[in-house]
Amino acid sequence: MTSADKAVPAVELRGLSKAFNGFAANTDVNLLVRPGTIHAIIGENGAGKSTAMKLLYGIHKPDKGEIRIRGETKVWKTPAEAIACGIGMVHQHFMLAGPYSALENILLGVESSASAEGRASFIPKFLRPVGRSRAIRQLDEISSQYGLKGIPWDTEVEALPVGVQQRIEILKLLYQNASILILDEPTAVLTPQETVELFMNLKKLAAEGKSILIITHKLKEVMNLSDDVTVLRGGRVVGCRRTPETNIEELAGLMVGRKVNLQVAAPPAPVLGPAVLALKNVSLKTRSVHETGMHRLNDLSFEVRSGEVVGIAGVEGNGQSELLHVLLHPLEFCKSRDGGLSGEINCLGSVTHDARRSLSTKRIRDLGVGIIPEDRHKEGLLLERSVEDNFLLGQETRKPFSVSGFISGGALRAAANVAIEKYDVRPRNLTIEAGNLSGGNQQKLIIAREFEQSPRFIIAAQPTRGVDVGAIEFIHQKILLARTAGAGVLLISSELDEILALSDRILVMYGGKIVARFQRGEATEQALGLYMGGAGSK
Amino acid sequence: MEVIASMLRVATPLLFAALGGMVSERAGVVNIALEGMMLIGAFAGAAVAYTTQSPWLGAGAAMLAGVFIAAFYGLIVIQLRANQIIGGTAINMLAAGLTPFLSKIFFDVTGNTPSLPMEARFQYAPMIAAWVLVIGAWFWLKYTPSGTWVRFAGEKPEALESAGVRVNRVRWISVLISGCLAGLGGASLSIFLASSFSRNMTAGRGFMALAALIFGRWMPIPTAIACLLFGFADAAQIRLQGVVLWGAEPVPVQFIQILPYLATILVLAGFVGQSRAPKSLGLPFKKG
Repeated sequence: MTSADKAVPAVELRGLSKAFNGFAANTDVNLLVRPGTIHAIIGENGAGKSTAMKLLYGIHKPDKGEIRIRGETKVWKTPAEAIACGIGMVHQHFMLAGPYSALENILLGVESSASAEGRASFIPKFLRPVGRSRAIRQLDEISSQYGLKGIPWDTEVEALPVGVQQRIEILKLLYQNASILILDEPTAVLTPQETVELFMNLKKLAAEGKSILIITHKLKEVMNLSDDVTVLRGGRVVGCRRTPETNIEELAGLMVGRKVNLQVAAPPAPVLGPAVLALKNVSLKTRSVHETGMHRLNDLSFEVRSGEVVGIAGVEGNGQSELLHVLLHPLEFCKSRDGGLSGEINCLGSVTHDARRSLSTKRIRDLGVGIIPEDRHKEGLLLERSVEDNFLLGQETRKPFSVSGFISGGALRAAANVAIEKYDVRPRNLTIEAGNLSGGNQQKLIIAREFEQSPRFIIAAQPTRGVDVGAIEFIHQKILLARTAGAGVLLISSELDEILALSDRILVMYGGKIVARFQRGEATEQALGLYMGGAGSK
Repeated sequence: MEVIASMLRVATPLLFAALGGMVSERAGVVNIALEGMMLIGAFAGAAVAYTTQSPWLGAGAAMLAGVFIAAFYGLIVIQLRANQIIGGTAINMLAAGLTPFLSKIFFDVTGNTPSLPMEARFQYAPMIAAWVLVIGAWFWLKYTPSGTWVRFAGEKPEALESAGVRVNRVRWISVLISGCLAGLGGASLSIFLASSFSRNMTAGRGFMALAALIFGRWMPIPTAIACLLFGFADAAQIRLQGVVLWGAEPVPVQFIQILPYLATILVLAGFVGQSRAPKSLGLPFKKG
């Protein structure tokens, strides 16, 4: 037994339950965090991880159960009370206001602790000017103590890299004197190098006596980082382990509730066919650098041939979205003032863009292009419409769904029923709204729609983002199956594991440019990470 | 010189209203109800100044009336999370209907209040107060905790809430301040620029203040400058009435009176594209 075992737990949840509109998000959740340790909380989407943390952070109130902080029972109504108790949370989507400075973001809500003491005490606290120099002195001290360096206090947050923004979030908590830190999916937006740095920082924080809760679904990170791990499934705790005493396979099994095959073995590539996509010197210039942070595309040339998966690795925001946009909507760049698209794009034997003309999105899709869009809520589904309507989307004028200008409900229902069975969309109900499906099932619905049209060229952008382990396995299998059937696949993903597992060739994008190319088996995570971080080109 | 003085005077109601709009919009609540709040303030100010013969009590009443109508607006759009454009329009219609009705009850004339003697009117005070407020607002937004909260409430309310400050409380107070200032703006119309309330006397100044706010990128000093610009157009309009440009006949007064509105349209059409609104402007905030 180490000293941490004997000490009073930093956090203890006892029999916590919470239901929303009759749906039990958490049932009888027990959790024990030893002080000065890193505790991972894992589970699929909708397993109740976030709910449990929101209960702990005072955003929601538990229906039943008890929260104990350092041995004392606490009941709080607002996050402010939890903050006062030394609990801090880094949300998955950062709680930072872009146009305001790092300093303002850090001081938010605790400004008065930096205002000059003594002087002007007749002014109420909320009107007392913030003591800038005092705050900066305090922050410099904290940041050097915990090694969180490189934060420019006066720069607008939106101008800083994501890794720095995250450090600002952590520093914000430390400045509030938080001793229990909750991090929700902290690595989702980081490069491998930034992740390494974050983990070093977190370990240092734990060594300094902070207790850290980290929500994640990346099992590898759990093994690298945490001291303990608690697994949630369906709102209940299904397991709690000391990290050194468990392994990835066991944790994955606990999360999903069955044995999971984590390594989808890609069958050897079939004979490569003709190119389904060819880019020649494609560049995209936007007028102003400020324009919604658009990265330009810089002289892209590559091919995707039928029967292969080409993976594009890269940290988000390095031109992947622009590449997708250019492939699908080249016409927009001709019509708009941003006529900065140059080069030639050839898709399935047709020129979709060159100096003279561009094809419309519909024409491009009619060539036989299937798309798993980056943002399934915005571009993939109509969330308020039924599963059936969503299955039809984009095929309204095609046979057999369109019969002399009218939609044939019978044909549609028959096809949709077959598809949701084949692609395991749960629940098997054509009439519920797509928005009510879980993330994984929404994604499966999109894949069902796209793949059932037997596309010859598939664009899969972040196909498993926010999707649970079981569905990831399924989606990967379907993509490989399509490849075997002779389709060419362009895979764009910020998940390195996914890129490495599926791709026959890997291209790394950085700053709108392809900076490295690898064949299957050549690339390692470290090598990709270096290029993704802009360490050079190959 | 005379035009400059006139510009400063006619810009005063706009300044108050624009500052009021700024507080509310920086906190994330669209305020097209400025027009109605001004109108109510103008009426309450003139009515009380006439009854008590004190412009100060009139101004106080206008502020109270503004706060009152703002509380109603807050109830609709913050508490009940109604659409802010529709809620604001409703307030404007309410004000347009309510003021003649009240004047009929109190003074037995529809749409007007009796005219005020000199000593029941302001000479300079509102003009000075408006500029003090502009500077104060700038300092407040930039350097004080509560000013920061207002800015975050409109830009990233989730961040504010998770920092332990109640977003809707900040928004409530901002909307009430907004009503108070808009009411004062109305009063400076009826007991400073004019000497009585007349039917629909704001004549779109609430919207003009909103335009100034947008043109001024939701920042106090640029917004004040925009108000001056519209004030100038208004002052010029008054001076140019009856001017003979060509021939023997003067230019019809209706054409001259278009000037401030034309300036508003030109400014909005020409510059607003470059203006960046608070990100959560118009979005009701819901916890969790």
